Amino acid sequence: MSRRFRAFWWLIFILAAVYFFLPLFGTFVFSIRAKPPTAGYTGFLSNERFYTTLAYSFVVGILTIVISVLILVPTAFWVRLRMPRARPFVEFVTLLPFVVPPIVLVFGLISTYSGPPISLTSTDLGSSALLVAAYVILSFPYMYRAIDTGMRSIDIRSLTEASQSLGAGWVRILWQIILPNIRVAILSGAFLTLAIVVGEFTIANMLARPAFAPYLAILGDEVDPYQQAAVALVAFGLTWIAMGFISLLGRGGRAKIQIGGAR
Amino acid sequence: MTFLVLSGIQKRFGETVAVENFDLVAERGEFVSFLGPSGCGKTTTLRMIAGFEGPTAGTITVDGIDITHQAPNRRNVGMVFQSYALFPNMTVAGNIGFGLKIRKRPKAAIAARVNELLELIHLEGRGDRYPFQLSGGQQQRVALARALAIEPQVLLLDEPLSALDAKIRIVLRTEIRAIQRQLGITTVYVTHDQEEALSLSDRVVVMSEGRIEQIGTPSEIYNFPSTAFVASFVGTLNLVTAAVIDAGSGRLSLEGQEVRTAKALTDVPPDKLVTLALRPEGVAMGEGEPGSNRLNGVVEDINFLGSIVRIRLRLGDGIDGRPPTVIALDTFNEPHLRVPDVGAQASVSFPPEASFVLGAARDGALASAEVGAEV
Repeated sequence: MSRRFRAFWWLIFILAAVYFFLPLFGTFVFSIRAKPPTAGYTGFLSNERFYTTLAYSFVVGILTIVISVLILVPTAFWVRLRMPRARPFVEFVTLLPFVVPPIVLVFGLISTYSGPPISLTSTDLGSSALLVAAYVILSFPYMYRAIDTGMRSIDIRSLTEASQSLGAGWVRILWQIILPNIRVAILSGAFLTLAIVVGEFTIANMLARPAFAPYLAILGDEVDPYQQAAVALVAFGLTWIAMGFISLLGRGGRAKIQIGGAR
Repeated sequence: MTFLVLSGIQKRFGETVAVENFDLVAERGEFVSFLGPSGCGKTTTLRMIAGFEGPTAGTITVDGIDITHQAPNRRNVGMVFQSYALFPNMTVAGNIGFGLKIRKRPKAAIAARVNELLELIHLEGRGDRYPFQLSGGQQQRVALARALAIEPQVLLLDEPLSALDAKIRIVLRTEIRAIQRQLGITTVYVTHDQEEALSLSDRVVVMSEGRIEQIGTPSEIYNFPSTAFVASFVGTLNLVTAAVIDAGSGRLSLEGQEVRTAKALTDVPPDKLVTLALRPEGVAMGEGEPGSNRLNGVVEDINFLGSIVRIRLRLGDGIDGRPPTVIALDTFNEPHLRVPDVGAQASVSFPPEASFVLGAARDGALASAEVGAEV
């Protein structure tokens, strides 16, 4: 690699890093302009809504992950095992959330489920169920790809047939053989989903749910912009911790699922 | 005693016929190998016995019970895969005990059976290891133990040694045969390796293009191949074109030199060209005993192949535009072996029983198949 070429790549890298970190730095500088400088941080920690909205978003996120896994693991498994020709179609379906904006999705859900025969928006539980359903759809692109990649890394067919020959049925195969071997893939999809759910504003706001993102939005408008900046930074930090957690688990998992060759 | 019966098995994938007219009766405790090139339908047939593929027509019975349409997990059939297919998330003991756990055996009974099998496969004390901590040979042993743990009625092995290196293959195939004999389990073994099939099996099913070419003991398959395909696929053969002198007495002409086969030829007119097959190890240097066929020629080349020396003798310059006929013979490489010089005149001999006619000499597909097997 020539010197000029290397210098060019360094320049690109530095520009990208500045583009990425400058807003964070700006947010941090803004958050400590409160008086005293730590007020933004101490303020939200003593705010009960911070905890309740964060807890609500985490519960919704976990439910989303569980339902996504229950839907997508058997789907990806079956497509890989028995219906490889359906793969492009399933991939297309799972990419639809990128094409359909959340605002369109939530309006569609509200207009469909706000009256008979299925009226969900009239109760808190119904609205929350609708929120989870919407997030399950939003999680499709991330979850399906992660699961599919995980399944590509193991010999699904042989493992399934070996299990069958030993007497295992489909539920046991999925639960005891496939799931443990795509654990890392599921985890990576799960954390992406969690990050999306915690940060999603449009659907939660339109369904009037006490979620974290709407709380963050009104924090700046109604309470304290310094607190809003501090909460945004803390949320960002939590996401990074989650990513580090994935990589840690991934390293442990790889060692376990590696299949040795002839020695 | 008849145990595994496949009758009239056919398998089609759309318009493609993968297996056709497959009939096999295996005795209890018999070791049967399916031998053939890639795409001949041997693995498909095995998968039909396992239940992973359903036959388009025909029935499969085990011990008198029709299992043709039974789900794979309802059949008591153990399977060993080429890729081992060990569960990466489970220890060796977990893998071996998996089938027993499904059968809800008590924990103590599972542990005892696992230990028994670990001893059988010479991996005592390694039950707590994970598959990735084992060598390929060890992994395949574990796969075998896992399949045997459930005490299957039939054991199926799908090219289990293909991924292993040559030395381990030989050791493991001996172990597989010893374990099979010890347990007396009916076994079907799929391979494309003739040496494996011949050395392991009670009977070999040679397959080509979805059909059975021949079923027989290794000796029958090797010494008396019933089709040109079997002759060319199993072992090495001299395949030479000979002209019929007298079909009734089995007299043929090889570049003007007369030879005799043990069996008379039927429905073959004089001067008709036929393919004569001759194993290299059936031919000896020298004039041989009275009654042997003798051929004279020029030594074309000599190859030392370790324990064997292969000598090629050119019988003439070819007749009617055909290439010269060359016969190869194998002799043991003894320390005091005297080999002729290349280019020297030499005589070779073979008993009439060492040769057989495969049919009318043809060109095209048969000829190309023969070329691959010629020595």
